[in-house]
Amino acid sequence: MSYVGRTVEEERRMLEAIGVDRFEDLLAAIPREVLLEQPPPIEGPLSEIEIRRRFGRLARSNDADHSVSFLGGGVYDHYIPAAVNALAMRSEFATAYTPYQAEVAQGTLTAIFEFQSMVAELTGMEVANASLYDGATAAVEAALLSRAHTGRRRVVVAGAFHPHTIEVLRTYLDPGDLTVVADRGGQCAPEDLKPALGPEVACVLYQHPNFFGLIETPHAMHTLAHEAGALAVACCDPIALALLEPPGTSGADIVVGEGQSLGNPPSFGGPMLGFFACRQALVRRMPGRLAAQTVDRQGRRGFVLTLQTREQHIRREKATSNICTNQGLIALRATIYLALMGREGLREVAALCVRKSHHAAERAAALAGYRLVHGGPFFREFVLECPVDAARVCGQGRRDGVLPGVDLGRFRPEWRRWLLVAVTEQRSVEEIDAWLRVLERAGEGVR
Amino acid sequence: MNLERRLLNEQGGPGHRGPGLPACDVPPRPLAELLPGARLRDELRLPQVSEPEVVRHFIELSALNHHVDKGLYPLGSCTMKHNPKINDEVASLPGFALAHPLADDESIQGAIRVMHDLQRALAEITGFAAVTTQPAAGAQGELTGLLLIRAWHRSRGEASRRTVIVPDSAHGTNPASVRLVGYETMTIASGSHGTVDPEALRGALSAETAALMLTVPNTLGLFEPRILEVARLAHEAGAQVYLDGANLNALVGHVRPGDLGFDVMHINLHKTFSTPHGGGGPGAGPVAVARHLEPFLPVPVIVERDGLLRLSSDRPGSIGRVHGFHGNFGILVRALTYILTLGPQGLRGVSRNAILNANYLMRRLAGTYELPHPEHCMHEFVLSGRGLKRYGVKTLDVAKRLLDFGVHAPTVYFPLIVEEALMIEPTETETLDRLDHFAAAMKRIAAEARESPQLLLDAPHGTPLQRLDEGRAARELVLRWQDPAPAPSPSAETSSTWR
Repeated sequence: MSYVGRTVEEERRMLEAIGVDRFEDLLAAIPREVLLEQPPPIEGPLSEIEIRRRFGRLARSNDADHSVSFLGGGVYDHYIPAAVNALAMRSEFATAYTPYQAEVAQGTLTAIFEFQSMVAELTGMEVANASLYDGATAAVEAALLSRAHTGRRRVVVAGAFHPHTIEVLRTYLDPGDLTVVADRGGQCAPEDLKPALGPEVACVLYQHPNFFGLIETPHAMHTLAHEAGALAVACCDPIALALLEPPGTSGADIVVGEGQSLGNPPSFGGPMLGFFACRQALVRRMPGRLAAQTVDRQGRRGFVLTLQTREQHIRREKATSNICTNQGLIALRATIYLALMGREGLREVAALCVRKSHHAAERAAALAGYRLVHGGPFFREFVLECPVDAARVCGQGRRDGVLPGVDLGRFRPEWRRWLLVAVTEQRSVEEIDAWLRVLERAGEGVR
Repeated sequence: MNLERRLLNEQGGPGHRGPGLPACDVPPRPLAELLPGARLRDELRLPQVSEPEVVRHFIELSALNHHVDKGLYPLGSCTMKHNPKINDEVASLPGFALAHPLADDESIQGAIRVMHDLQRALAEITGFAAVTTQPAAGAQGELTGLLLIRAWHRSRGEASRRTVIVPDSAHGTNPASVRLVGYETMTIASGSHGTVDPEALRGALSAETAALMLTVPNTLGLFEPRILEVARLAHEAGAQVYLDGANLNALVGHVRPGDLGFDVMHINLHKTFSTPHGGGGPGAGPVAVARHLEPFLPVPVIVERDGLLRLSSDRPGSIGRVHGFHGNFGILVRALTYILTLGPQGLRGVSRNAILNANYLMRRLAGTYELPHPEHCMHEFVLSGRGLKRYGVKTLDVAKRLLDFGVHAPTVYFPLIVEEALMIEPTETETLDRLDHFAAAMKRIAAEARESPQLLLDAPHGTPLQRLDEGRAARELVLRWQDPAPAPSPSAETSSTWR
């Protein structure tokens, strides 16, 4: 199989025009000893028929193909309107690249501008960028910006934060510069955060709703961060922000997060969608692409990439970040999703998540041996303590066509009986009942 | 009549909305009761538009883009080749699209198998021992590779090595990534043939050198003829040699970078392995390493145990995670589909035809534009528009005029070492007809520059908008839609369903 349209005769004509006898003459600069006589022995070629057969089998071997998901922990099974797929898969968006030539990229640039507008609105911030790789690296970029802005080194992570995001922060920062303030009963307690702050702290990062699904008290954290001269960075879920007061309103300096839940499938954790919003005063330190409004020579409104002097292709080692591309197509999906759901629809999604997750939590807590680990208010997601190891509940679910939640034992051995359960607007009351039966079966005979 | 395009927030209004949601089938208790103490927001100024109008909006926008499926897109260093449709179909299979990264290993065997098989295939193709598929993009691959190098030096008690030597022809991400890991860049000038001069390198190498970072072929499209000597010199000085794999399309199936003396490289799946560029991502930047760097790869790594593939974080030397989950899995599926579709000979045909196309186009244009480096090129070449300056025309004007011929402009003003650079990469999927059309357009533009330069200075003429005022954009810095009217009172837009 080949995607090259070329005959032997055409190749001969081309070689002649180039002025060589054989193709190999073009490789004269390559040392003989490293030129392969045969290509590496990989598999293939496979026709589309064989590709479909092979990958169809692999895809079906993932339980997600035929199971009802209560999995969350940063990646959620939300409703994706049909129009999102239909529009975002179009060649005009998918097979274009970074809009270097604005005159033939107004589609992409306008969509980025709309994305920035909607993220700024959701987060309550003045500006947002065109997106970053994922929520975890967006948190890293917020920490790096804070360090550059304050000239301080220490980064404080407060409360129940996604363990993977902490790991990514450790990879990018010197681990000695990272302080993690543990949660108390699932949430960040101001009396725990305060002693961790000092004149060397660049920023306080917190997650809201946090890793356990609990709602934090952003205004209290913003105040504490600012009293210490640090920036306040919120890591938020955009669906929750349809309902919750945006962190910008109560003084956050930067709001980042994972935007997968906006019109994107879980896709095994990638591609995801990091978003990054901040106060206008920080815009020149912002990482990633930025689209701005302007006019063309006839005075018509149009959009271009702007402040490119922040970026690596101009500034090289002095750039604000090494980021080159954004997650263009994923951000486009989020933009289409937000346009379709709109102000009414997105709030309904959020409200359904709250009501369904609370219903599921209450019913589960009434089952013998199960209890809710935390008492605070939660959005969409909660931690259930099981009478058996959570892994056993997951095993039971696999047999019953239900993915009952994330086994938190994967993060810490002392959490091995904790199941992190997400209930989105997609879960019907019948599916919640099926999930409850999985819990019952898994717990049978233990009490 | 030319109606100015309206943004989403300028369309529709209260009462307009898209697809509906099912009625709440659990007790609809008030949110304030379910979320005691939480501060809720009063207003949310998102668009209010019906589905048909949303669809029209984005279809209208789509028509304003140039894209590979429409025409030639010869952006140098970006490898804008055909994006096979089967790749997208496979990635959207429900078992892949719905797979969750935190599910237990038993329930995601198919997804882990895809990553495993891709890692093995990439290791074969590049000639390295091991591959991580976690980095989300080329720039993140660079960062990962440099962290691996740093970890290796530290493990040998050589943490004092902190300098990375980068040629002046390198991509801007190289020095930016170097700085991100706390290293310093030392730039060395290219030799007269645009490639690394071993003597200059010898002078730059020292006990401080952590790594030499090269792009092969380099950004002039030239293979480093003395690469084996260059790598040996770096190794003798105790440095590691990093390959920026952006230009792997020139080598695939013909040369394995692992055989050239490199220790680590990143691979841009959205370039060589045909995944769509998506208007600027998502891509993927897997990193391939020689055996000695394998212990430092990001976690989790794939291990086979009891007949099951498992994701293991038991790697004490690991640099840690670089991504929240497993990287851009949807891109990995597409790349593996592409590799298996082509097979060994198909992959070899990729570089063969990429090199053939670039050389053909280069010779067609050599008499019309200056060609600073006349050697045979690999997959791309760089022209200079310097000769047009006497007509008051710049490379930027040539680029803008090309848009009128239904092709995208090349990469311009890069690499920095060529004045008024035009960096052209046709890729292997362009036919002879397309190349001839492009060459004809470039020649006609050169003639126009002589005869009617104003035509170029005013270009483009046939695009949806004319040249845009970038200076004004940066001065006024309007980065989001602003509501010209005061926000409606919350009561007017509040529906009872969400409170």
